Amino acid sequence: MFFQEPTPDTSGYMIAGYAITFLVMALYVASIYLRSRNLNKDMSILREMDEPAPVQAKAPSPVKKMPAKPGSNKPAKPVTKRSRKKQP
Amino acid sequence: MQAKPLTLRVLDIVAILALGIATYMALNAPTERVMGEVQKVFYFHIGTAWTALIGFILAAVFSVVYLVTKDLKWDRLQLASIEVSLVFFLITIVLGSIWARPAWNTWWTWDPRLTTAAVTELIYIAYFMLRQGIDDPDRRARFGAVYALIGGLSAPITFFAIRLFRTIHPVVIGGTNPDADGGFSMTADMRTAFFFALFAFTIIFIDLFWNRIRLGDLQDKVEQLKLRVTN
Repeated sequence: MFFQEPTPDTSGYMIAGYAITFLVMALYVASIYLRSRNLNKDMSILREMDEPAPVQAKAPSPVKKMPAKPGSNKPAKPVTKRSRKKQP
Repeated sequence: MQAKPLTLRVLDIVAILALGIATYMALNAPTERVMGEVQKVFYFHIGTAWTALIGFILAAVFSVVYLVTKDLKWDRLQLASIEVSLVFFLITIVLGSIWARPAWNTWWTWDPRLTTAAVTELIYIAYFMLRQGIDDPDRRARFGAVYALIGGLSAPITFFAIRLFRTIHPVVIGGTNPDADGGFSMTADMRTAFFFALFAFTIIFIDLFWNRIRLGDLQDKVEQLKLRVTN
């Protein structure tokens, strides 16, 4: 017992070991969380793209009208095939 | 993504608590006389090694099931198992290296156990590189399964390396190696801390594995949706 060597101080190595263990595990958990968050974002964007475009209520088509002659009070006539032929 | 099941939420909390208790028990375990405080990394070193090697063997089993059934679900399980095991085994190697510095006076030596451990880690890093290079999901799964099946052999080789070859790595459980340097016998308190660390890391492994499987399922859904949108 008198010649017994004292226990060496290796606590620095122990602290480094535990710190690295926690760091690596925390990084891995963070990577799972981040990947999952990014995939959820991708998923919502892709779902929006995948959904069929919403059916819009048909607006009444504007009727093309022939320009009224300058100076006349008559309303302009709608454009028809015949009227198109008449045009020069 | 679907909301986390209650069981998984509970398991997350249990895993954190188990890690906290395992750390407390390891730090309060008796100090080994020759090596001092650094011996306390041994509890986490064995805990992570145990779960990682089991994970690699599980991945080989999933590979066989995938090759038989051709169901991509087994490929996702295999991938999850390998990824979590790879992280755990990295911790094992780093902790071993930190322990070796004061015990063997070197960070690293090409001892059979250390060499087989490094080869195992590299085999599974290459597994991810292989998967990255293949676009077709079925082909990727098939190649991955064959690779993981062959790679799975490295886990038992690593485990038995200290029992089969002449090595300076100590065999703390179930063996006496006259060449080992840094071995020690455990007291009752040390044994309690040791077995609790094994239990804690098994719980943490299951928790991370389950979370990783859910991530894989989500990845698969996104991939399928991408294909549908682009076609």
